Amino acid sequence: MTTLKNSKGFWLSIVLALIFFGIMQYTISNGILNPFYINTLMFIGINIMLATSLHLIIGITGQFSIGHAGFLAVGAYASAVMTMKLELPFIIAVLTGGVIAAVAGMVIGIPSLRLKGDYLAIATLGFGEIVRIVLLNIEYVGGASGMQVSHLTTWPWVFACVMITVLVIRNFTNSTHGRACISVREDETAADAMGINTTYYKVAAFVIGAFFAGIAGSLYAHNFYIIQPSNFGFLKSFDILIFVVLGGLGSLSGSVLAAILLTIVTTFLQDYPETRMIIYSLVLILMMIFRPQGLMGTKEITSLFTHKKTKGGPKDGSHNTVA
Amino acid sequence: MEATIPLLKVDSVGIRFGGLKAVSDVNVELFPGELVGLIGPNGAGKTTFFNLLTGVYVPTEGTIALNGENLNKQQPYKITRKGISRTFQNIRLFSELSVIDNVKVAYHSLAKHGIPSSIFRLPGHFSGEKEMDEKALEFLRIFNLDHFKDEKAKNLPYGQQRRLEIARALAANPKLLLLDEPAAGMNPHETKELMNLIAFIRKEFNLTVLLIEHDMSLVMGVCERIYVLDHGQLIAHGKPDEIRNDPKVIEAYLGEEVS
Repeated sequence: MTTLKNSKGFWLSIVLALIFFGIMQYTISNGILNPFYINTLMFIGINIMLATSLHLIIGITGQFSIGHAGFLAVGAYASAVMTMKLELPFIIAVLTGGVIAAVAGMVIGIPSLRLKGDYLAIATLGFGEIVRIVLLNIEYVGGASGMQVSHLTTWPWVFACVMITVLVIRNFTNSTHGRACISVREDETAADAMGINTTYYKVAAFVIGAFFAGIAGSLYAHNFYIIQPSNFGFLKSFDILIFVVLGGLGSLSGSVLAAILLTIVTTFLQDYPETRMIIYSLVLILMMIFRPQGLMGTKEITSLFTHKKTKGGPKDGSHNTVA
Repeated sequence: MEATIPLLKVDSVGIRFGGLKAVSDVNVELFPGELVGLIGPNGAGKTTFFNLLTGVYVPTEGTIALNGENLNKQQPYKITRKGISRTFQNIRLFSELSVIDNVKVAYHSLAKHGIPSSIFRLPGHFSGEKEMDEKALEFLRIFNLDHFKDEKAKNLPYGQQRRLEIARALAANPKLLLLDEPAAGMNPHETKELMNLIAFIRKEFNLTVLLIEHDMSLVMGVCERIYVLDHGQLIAHGKPDEIRNDPKVIEAYLGEEVS
């Protein structure tokens, strides 16, 4: 019976999301929305993908990885090579970006996921930096001056990719496989003793997370005309990490929400570069003092719907729609 | 019973941590359907021995065989799938998961639907999850925990957490169940209930049980045979009455408690 209620919230979210998509599509194609806002919208979408893919690794599986920008970079460069050098269609580029990032996730994941906590964090940080430095030194992709990429990312592309990312991660989490990942997060020894192949699930979460980060990278590359290794430094990784922590570790809708809010905050603070970092940091500090469990804690928006049945439906829904 | 083939055969097993011999030269045989106790003073190596059986530690000497199959160097999750399941001395539930999800995790290795099936929500996912749901609920009913099923595991009272841990261990479908101090922290009433429960599940699930316990009334009351471990070595082995009167055991452990 709970599944029925949950699925009600689920379909409602989908419908609201489609309505939101339609409205945005209409305003974009009629030129009502100015390019600045369109760009923000794209950026929000890409950040949601990054946040939810890292949420699967950190929030669900409990593997503290801070090299997510590395996967973003791999996806961005792989897809850019596909369209710009090999002149393949965009869809192939996007998929290649995801697949190559996933392969990178597996190659990095299998050895480094033996490490725990701080050690894993340092190893993944190292991975992110290695990717950046390697790209910096490959002339084929432009080295430090970067690579020109044509603008192919459109609103329907972003919307579709975000929807697929969120749905896949949701479906994965709400299954026996997701529970296996959560059990690894909760107590690895006990998970092992209950017959869970912990290494397999850690690597699986890593690979799925890397795949969607790679897809996000493909969209990112084809949205900004130019990509440079400096876009993918460890500060980028921390930005993504902040989405996940701020949203609430273990909450999918939390990371979506945090990605939306923080992207909007940073976008509108761009006019005040001096105060931007201060305000941003202040938000984080206050958040950690007053709500250390993050925006949503470990709860999901859909569960708020079903349990309280408040009138906050439309408000919650509007957040969901962007998902 | 003694004539049948042992379910578990532990042959002169030992482990060293550097220069320290935590367990050495332990020989244990468990026969199908037995309920056997493992006792010993604090630091005797009982839990280390459990960790050896479940693959958390790899023995540095000797062999462990389940139904004749060597378990040395197998990973813990594989050993669980082969039929040894355990509870922990300090409860290790998945505290943020609901009670029913805790049981479902243990049932995971029996699930037939793979990751793609769940991601794309293929029919296999739904039938698989439904089966897990029903199975887990059945376990919770046996343990009288079904009315807590959506509660987070960490919110259960202590005694119920112990029960849940046993339910979870059983859901992994073991042939041999290892209980590490199941009565620790329980009052006499709860301990008595636990004794009945252990007797019940043993019959119901056709299990062999190996039990570490400090509560002598429980050990002497329910165990058919007892092994005594001290300083990492077996010092005695036999029926409860023999153990009760064994001078070595009295010296090492029971002291004047048993008269």
